[in-house]
Parts: sequence; structure tokens; C-alpha cells
Amino acid sequence: MTRQRASVACLALLLMAGRQQQPPLVAAPASHDAALPLHLAGTGLFAADGSGAIARENRPFSPQYPLWTDGASKRRWIHLPPGTTIDATNPRQWEFPVGTRLWKEFSFNGRPVETRLLWKASDAGWLAGSYVWNQEGVDAVLADSDGVAGAAEIAPGKQHNIPSRSDCAACHGEARRPLGFNPLQLSDDRDPNAIHGEPITADMVTLKTLFDETLLTGADPAMRRTPPRIAGDPLTRAVLGYMAGNCGACHNGDGQIAAELPSFSYPDVLSAGEIVRHLIGRPSRWQAKGRAEGTLLIDPASPESSAVLLRMSSRRPSSQMPPLGTLLQDREAIERIRRWIGNR
Amino acid sequence: MPLTTTRTILSAAALVFLTSGLGRAVSALPESQDQKSTVATPAQRGAYLVRAMGCNDCHTPWKLGPKGPEPDMSRELSGHPADLVMPPAPKLSGPWTWSGGVTNTAFAGPWGTSFTANLTPDAETGLGKWTAETFIAALRTGRHEGKGRPLLPPMPWPMIRTLTDEDLRAVFAYLQSLPPIRNRVPAPVDPEDQQ
Repeated sequence: MTRQRASVACLALLLMAGRQQQPPLVAAPASHDAALPLHLAGTGLFAADGSGAIARENRPFSPQYPLWTDGASKRRWIHLPPGTTIDATNPRQWEFPVGTRLWKEFSFNGRPVETRLLWKASDAGWLAGSYVWNQEGVDAVLADSDGVAGAAEIAPGKQHNIPSRSDCAACHGEARRPLGFNPLQLSDDRDPNAIHGEPITADMVTLKTLFDETLLTGADPAMRRTPPRIAGDPLTRAVLGYMAGNCGACHNGDGQIAAELPSFSYPDVLSAGEIVRHLIGRPSRWQAKGRAEGTLLIDPASPESSAVLLRMSSRRPSSQMPPLGTLLQDREAIERIRRWIGNR
Repeated sequence: MPLTTTRTILSAAALVFLTSGLGRAVSALPESQDQKSTVATPAQRGAYLVRAMGCNDCHTPWKLGPKGPEPDMSRELSGHPADLVMPPAPKLSGPWTWSGGVTNTAFAGPWGTSFTANLTPDAETGLGKWTAETFIAALRTGRHEGKGRPLLPPMPWPMIRTLTDEDLRAVFAYLQSLPPIRNRVPAPVDPEDQQ
């Protein structure tokens, strides 16, 4: 019986090849990530004195609308090479100088589990990788390109998985661009009602810091006087901000998805009225279980039947939103968005 | 339906997998004998790659032809036929872990039930609104449009992702040259909902 079960398990794994097996890349662009240092300590995050403190030249920052990752607490830093600036001419896509590095540390239950790195190593683009912390929290090693399953328990029977390099690309694109470092996320007109909003400290980089230290070139000077802010009542502002942070990487007006949902990325998300008009009463192409095609994206008469809420509530791979990066429902966000839909 | 017809269809279904590898080789043969004529344009190279990689094995519904089961090329690469509503997948036991439908376009296993996609350029039900970049991203990441739900077995994307960008663009060029076929493929069924 045991042998039979083992055979079944082996075959199932083979059949799940699409998810489980990733042969060595031959032509995939991700192969250049092999250039990343093997240990996190080699990426320049820490001070040279060996104390484990963050190096002074790496500046902390905190996006006002953070991405939900099953309740992980996060710390983030950016390093800009001395004398360089960010080209902010295109507000949709800042161009960072060669040598820029961004780190994001994920902790569960007070223990660091992984630290992700984006490193613009050359004009050719960004390198991306994740470093897995050991149990003692004293060393972190570059994760395999397939990711790491079961890196930390986040709930009974649920384990945090460190993403594969291809999943990095699913959110950051083949170019591996940073996502949470933009005018809205760094705005000094910070939303006090942001869902999962984090405290900001005096040493953190904000939009004002970047202007004050002349770290931006080509930026619209009006942003200094009037930092970006999502229009609308407090709940609308918080909900659309959440969507900017959690949905805007994909729902950004690009590709077929653009035809289904409005863009939640900056600066489109600032136009709350337009977004809400687009969402209300509009049918989704998604086929909810047991329902005909045409489930409304948001249905004020029945918030629970809204495709947006159904997919946020699902944690099945076929239907969950976001489609990767979480295993648990974001209950706080679901509740706030349910209330927001009911108020429409 | 007469019993003999039923048996024939069932036999055809069983033969599909046995013959698919052979069918793949045979369909690619004429082109492989004259490489120059097959790689003149990206779309022609794409056609060659599609045949050589066996995309028709699953993305074109199979029918019973005069020589046995064969892809129904009048529905080339249009995915699982929307009008073929599949009953719940059979319960398997012991060493049997997955099953396939008679058209070789529906598969059930530990991942649930998956239906092969419509790859024709129909704007509403196929790849008509896709770009080459979207197509490449999907096959590189193993996710719908490169960012959505996972592509399900038996789609061999881990193999296909090793193609060069040039080859993937050629495949996309060929797919976009096909006549668009309106066929809305059903959404996959989760394992929890299979019964």
C-alpha cells in the first residue's frame, strides 16, 4: 500500500511538471541572475564592521500602500551610488542609475525568512534574487532559481514559499523593475487610513527627501508642492491605494488585462472617479463557480457577489487574486473593500 | 448510440496518446526534409515548430479519421470545444492518476480538470488581443499572460520556455496567422470541485 501511494505521489509530481519541474534555463533571460552574490552579506546591505547593522548608505523607506504578503512584516532599503540621480522624467517609470540596489526583508513571527534584492548591475537591466535566512538569523544564502517551498510556517498547515525567478518576473516583468518606489508610494501626503499602513520614521526616504537632496532629475516640480494623493473620500482613498499596492503591478493598463480592469498603477490610480465608474456594474470575463459568465466586477447591491471580492477571498491558484505571493486571505482588506462596495 | 460506435470512439481515445508521438513525427516530416522552405518567414518557422513540438496534440480537437484518430485541422489549435461539456472526471484509484477526454483537449488529475486553450487569433476567445511579449511572458513564467493563474498540466511549458525569444516570436507569428475560431474554452475545474 505504501509503495502504491509512493507511486501515485511520484506520478502526480511528474504530471504536475508545469509547476514542479523547471529544467535548467538555456535561453531564458533570467540566467543572468547567476551573477548575484551567494550570500546576502556580499550584496552590500550590511556595515563593514561585521555587526550586522545596515550600512549607512542604504536608506530605509516604506511605501504607504504596502503589498500584503500573508502578514509578513517588512523592512526595505535603497542604495543609490554617490553622485547619481533617479531620472524621474517619466512618472510612470523612474529610471534608476546603474548600481542601484533595493532590498526587502520578510519576517514571520519575528524571524527574518528572506531578503529579496533588485540590483541594477549594468545598463542591461536588473538582477533579481532572494536570500534565505537560516534559523539563527545570522546568514542568508541565495535561493535556488526554482524558489524554496516551506520556508516558514505562517499559519497551521501553511508554509511561506520563496518565489522562483519566473515568479519574480510575473510581478516585476522580465526587466525586473522595482514596484514600490514611486511618487505615490513615497508621497509625504501619507494616507492615515492605508490598509496595513506602516509607521514612517525620520530616517526614511520620502518624496520630499528625494527633492531636498536633489536625487531626482526631470521630476515635475509640482509634485514637491502637491505630493500625489488619491482623490475621494477616506475609504475610497484607502481602497484604491490598496489596489495600487496589491493589484497595480499587473492591472497597469498594459496587455489584455487592460481591457478587463482599469489601471491601478500610478498615476492612473489618482483618478478615483474614473476608476469607480469603470468598475461598477461592469461584467467580468471570469467565470465564477456555478455562475454564468458575466459576474459583475463590483456589485453594490451584493458586495459578496462581486468578482473583485470573490477573487480576493479565494486562495485557490485558479482564481485567487493576486494570483501569487499569498496563501492566506487578507481579511482586513476584504472587510474594508466589502464595506466600500456596499457604500457605492 | 450503437455499441460499436461507442467502442470505436473509446478505442480512438485510447489510441490518441499512443499515436500522438507518431503523428507528431509524421506531420513534421515533409517540412524537415526541406528546411529552407520552412524557415523563410517567422510564421513559416513557427508552423514548423508548432508541428515539431506537437502543439496540435492537445490544442486541436481530435476526431476519428479514415486512418484512425487525427487532429481535426478544420478546428486547428482552437482548444477544447466549448460545446463538448465534460461530465465529472472519472474517479481513479491505484496507480491510475490522470485521465483524458476523447478529443484530447480535456485532462483530469491531481491538479483538477484542465482544458486546452484556444490559440487562434479570435479577439474574444483566443489570443487576438495578445502581443508577442505577452505570449513569451506566459511561456517563460508558466502563468496566464505571464502574470495570472498557473498554466496547468499537461502543458509542457517548462520545456517550451527554453526556446529562444526568436523561436517563441515565430510560434506566435504562426498562431496569429491562423483563421480566428470563436470558441470559449471552459475555465479549469479545481480539484475540490471535481466531484
